[in-house]
Amino acid sequence: MMPSVRIPTPLRRLTGEKDEVAITASNISDLIEELESQYPGIKERLCDEDGNVRRFINLYVNNEDIRFLKGPDTELQENDIVSIIPAIAGGSFINSNTSIYWKFDISVIMTYK
Amino acid sequence: MSYIKGLVCKECGDDYPKEPLHVCEFCFGPLEVSYNYDEISKSLNRESIEKRDHNLWRYAELLPIDEPPLIGKEVGFTPLIKADNIADALGLKELYVKNDSVCFPTLSFKDRVVSVALSKAKEFRFNTVACASTGNLANAVSSLSTSGNLESFIFIPYDLEMPKIVGSTVYGTNLIGINGSYDDVNRLCSEIAGKFGWGFVNINLRPYYAEGSKSLGFEIMEQLGWRVPQHIVVPMASGSLLTKIWKSIKEFEKLGLVDISETKIHGAQATGCSPISTAVKNDWEIFKPQKANTIAKSLAIGTPADGFYAMSVIKESGGWSDDATDEEIVDGIKLLAETEGIFTETAGGVTIAVAKKLIDEGYIPRNESVVVCITGNGLKTQDAVENSVSKPEIIDPNLDEFEELYKTIKSNDQGGIHDAVSKNTHTA
Repeated sequence: MMPSVRIPTPLRRLTGEKDEVAITASNISDLIEELESQYPGIKERLCDEDGNVRRFINLYVNNEDIRFLKGPDTELQENDIVSIIPAIAGGSFINSNTSIYWKFDISVIMTYK
Repeated sequence: MSYIKGLVCKECGDDYPKEPLHVCEFCFGPLEVSYNYDEISKSLNRESIEKRDHNLWRYAELLPIDEPPLIGKEVGFTPLIKADNIADALGLKELYVKNDSVCFPTLSFKDRVVSVALSKAKEFRFNTVACASTGNLANAVSSLSTSGNLESFIFIPYDLEMPKIVGSTVYGTNLIGINGSYDDVNRLCSEIAGKFGWGFVNINLRPYYAEGSKSLGFEIMEQLGWRVPQHIVVPMASGSLLTKIWKSIKEFEKLGLVDISETKIHGAQATGCSPISTAVKNDWEIFKPQKANTIAKSLAIGTPADGFYAMSVIKESGGWSDDATDEEIVDGIKLLAETEGIFTETAGGVTIAVAKKLIDEGYIPRNESVVVCITGNGLKTQDAVENSVSKPEIIDPNLDEFEELYKTIKSNDQGGIHDAVSKNTHTA
């Protein structure tokens, strides 16, 4: 099975409301390009002008933050699940039925005080 | 007249209107209030400020309100104490304690941010306000929403210290304990905020709420005689307070209220929850989330929302960061109490313990001026020190028994206490 990417609620307008999409890319930077070619406009939401993943976007491969793996060079294997998580999870991004958290360890979300 | 331009994304710079919003829809960065400093400089100067009442609203132009404050009108302007006793103990020349452990009305710096958030909630016409809290924020929201005639819902981890629970329910709020950690409470609150149309002080009102912290910095500078100390030591939970103290200095500099200086901002965390200090000490570009395990529950945030910005301020200002173990936290509480007569909560123990480390390690030179920010009151976390302080001696109401006890006390005493029996023979 190909790797798949889970799309958070605020980006689903770009994916035709799909919450999970299959991809063929073999690493994270290719994945972003592949998403952009399938769903134009998604790259600028995920990356800044220099092409780096935005600071408040967390990308996880099987629940591990890619910044603690190999960043954009992190390889993807069959069955891997990539998750896109906005670090500051606003109320408007979340509802109980389509939680962006899925099976996540909640510690990935920034905490307010 | 409004001095607020609107909200702006700290990451991509997109502009947003003055509404209860906190996240950029485009890049997911946090939103911050932006001001029209040219207009502010026309009415705000040292003389105009000094004529105003002694509360945080004396800096109203630099706070995010458009109408006169409706809630927490008396909050702020806590003492800045020249703390020579603890300075001697730490081997410092010039040390000040900014004492928000006596902030009105609920004895923590959260009274500042909540006054601003709830005044803004009134402007937005919210009837119900809410928050996720580890205790101090709960107390402040509960008290100030009651006096401000707002309904409140407050969410806390189920296992908070009893004084922080009673210190919320006594005002008649709806207090809900969640089976989980503070991070669990926070996540639930994000979902509740999405579903219920409430003003969540630390979620959708966060850009306004966080600005209230600047008043702590404004007061420090004014109370020092319109000058900036060389070092400020700040406790860090989400890291927001530290970034706002920095912003307060930059704003006063921009407005010419203080000379441009090179203040170093240092951040203090508990070792049992130290994502920011660990990242600073290891020179990481980002922090690793942690699972909290510390007696400093009010600082126990494993994934601090402003952690990145706090790290940036520390680096930019030339400051440093360190953390304190539970034992060092208790020692810090006791040191401040025994030298200055100030009883702070565990977060204050963290600040004192880390200040001591930074001095010992040379990050704070002994001949430079230092302000430590004490943000909460020890009466709320008595459990933490209960077994580390002496218990009262119990005797019968009998003079002989007291004289016997007194001899024991004096024989254990290495000097320093006057001989009360021989010198004070009079009665009051």
